[in-house]
Amino acid sequence: MSIEVKNLTYIYNPGMPGETRALDGVSFEVHDGEILGIIGHTGSGKSTLLQHLNGLLRPTSGQVFVDGQCITDGKVRLVDIRRKVGLVFQYPEYQLFEETVAKDVAFGPRNTGLEESKIENRVRAALSLVGLDYDEIGESSPFELSGGQKRRVAIAGVLAMRPSVLILDEPTAGLDPAAHREILSMIRTIHESMGIIIIFVSHNMGDIASLSDRVIVMDKAKIAMSGTPQEVFSHDKQLAAMGLDVPPVRSIMMQIAAEIPSIQSNALTTQEAAEDIRRAIPGFEQ
Amino acid sequence: MAFIEIRDLVVQFTRISEDGSETAGKKAIDGIDLDVEKGSFVAVIGMNGSGKSTLAKCLNGLIIPTSGKVLVDGMDTSDDSHIWDIRRRIGMVFQNPDNQIVSSIVEDDVAFGPENLGIPPEEIRERVDNALKEVGMYENRLKGAHMLSGGQKQRIAIAGAVAMKPQCIVFDEPTAMLDPKGRESVMRIIRQLNSEGITTILITHFMNEAAQADRIVVLGKGKVLADRTPDRLFSDMELIDRAGLELPPLIELREVLGLSDSIMTVEDMISELKKQCR
Repeated sequence: MSIEVKNLTYIYNPGMPGETRALDGVSFEVHDGEILGIIGHTGSGKSTLLQHLNGLLRPTSGQVFVDGQCITDGKVRLVDIRRKVGLVFQYPEYQLFEETVAKDVAFGPRNTGLEESKIENRVRAALSLVGLDYDEIGESSPFELSGGQKRRVAIAGVLAMRPSVLILDEPTAGLDPAAHREILSMIRTIHESMGIIIIFVSHNMGDIASLSDRVIVMDKAKIAMSGTPQEVFSHDKQLAAMGLDVPPVRSIMMQIAAEIPSIQSNALTTQEAAEDIRRAIPGFEQ
Repeated sequence: MAFIEIRDLVVQFTRISEDGSETAGKKAIDGIDLDVEKGSFVAVIGMNGSGKSTLAKCLNGLIIPTSGKVLVDGMDTSDDSHIWDIRRRIGMVFQNPDNQIVSSIVEDDVAFGPENLGIPPEEIRERVDNALKEVGMYENRLKGAHMLSGGQKQRIAIAGAVAMKPQCIVFDEPTAMLDPKGRESVMRIIRQLNSEGITTILITHFMNEAAQADRIVVLGKGKVLADRTPDRLFSDMELIDRAGLELPPLIELREVLGLSDSIMTVEDMISELKKQCR
């Protein structure tokens, strides 16, 4: 499985006074089993890009290939693409609507005409992937769950379609710290057990640093930068100019390094930062 | 007398079953006592479902207490005759900007509140311009609100509250949907408004934002679990775990390094490390 985006351009309201170029010649590839993080300030084109990856938007020009198949030439059945590429919108819990958790998760597979006996297996497996127990909450109303649980049920609904690519738009936004940690570890679990491509957009640089194999930075409808989290977050000045940021720990370490040049650190996590400090100060005392 | 006084507040929702019968539902707020002094900056944190947003909606009478009282500047929110005086004093900014935009053009939306207060047109113009500049949206003042992204809409909603010049603004997770620059600019606006004397109540899941307040109220299951200064709260790991919270990044680093609780800012950390370097 792979995704290839070639010279993608999208213009909102072409020929109108509000004409806006939301994507301008965007090209990149995502390889099998990769986790790709996408960052960019509001309005940089991230969400427009995501919507092209499963055919919700048709490009003004350019192409998107999913597993070698062009999905933008109008020849492919979009329903097949959407089965392959699962898109989880921002605040997906607002889309829950069924009476029970099990019915909500089953909605997608049932619509594909899958046999009932297979549907239950799909639902059980999807709920288990997001860390929820079918027997425990399958018959509960999704609206009685906590915020983090609701979000996981919504994600399970997409996983029940067995996608080969999972796209998440701001998966941790608006969650409390505990639920936030749970969603991050859930994404890792999904990735490890399904081995699928995961593409996620986030404004949380800590999440981007800890999950992504590779990061794409969007700015003014173009890809401004791409690389490993280490590479991307070493360009703090360019990121700041684009209205972005580095992970909080990196920012703290840079402020420290500016005052104490002997403490240099590329740490993206607190543990790494602490090690770098201890190493830089012989006889460090607690 | 404090600007906001909350006494024994209980909010209990009603469950309506399919046959139409009503039974008592969940207690979203279960006995809260809280005072907010004029000009103070109070952060409210806690897990999803702990009652934070319900509490916010009680402050300007969007939700009326099931029992207990909420007094704003001495006025009871359950007294209908005072509701507009209360809402003039307390502005609200919610998490989802899509629910807060009322006009099709950005500057009209920001002008909506002041217009309803009957303020002269010249002053409305000035207030709207200033509010839009404060949130970095002045250049977009003539754009259609539907053309904006979620984060930009949120900044418009904040400008709308700012243009009302209220005595207090309640921010309910105002930065949850913003990009880093947007978050930073909103926090800068919040601090600035507070320094100008506006009583500020900030509901947030970001611990580094809560740490900027004078005082942090921790809610859990509709009750106040703690009401402390940031330094005293973030040195209590047992409470942080129990309330499902986390430490702000700097304090987490301090804890991993095993340094003193007195270190609360990057500056504190730098001077401690400088001492160690010698």
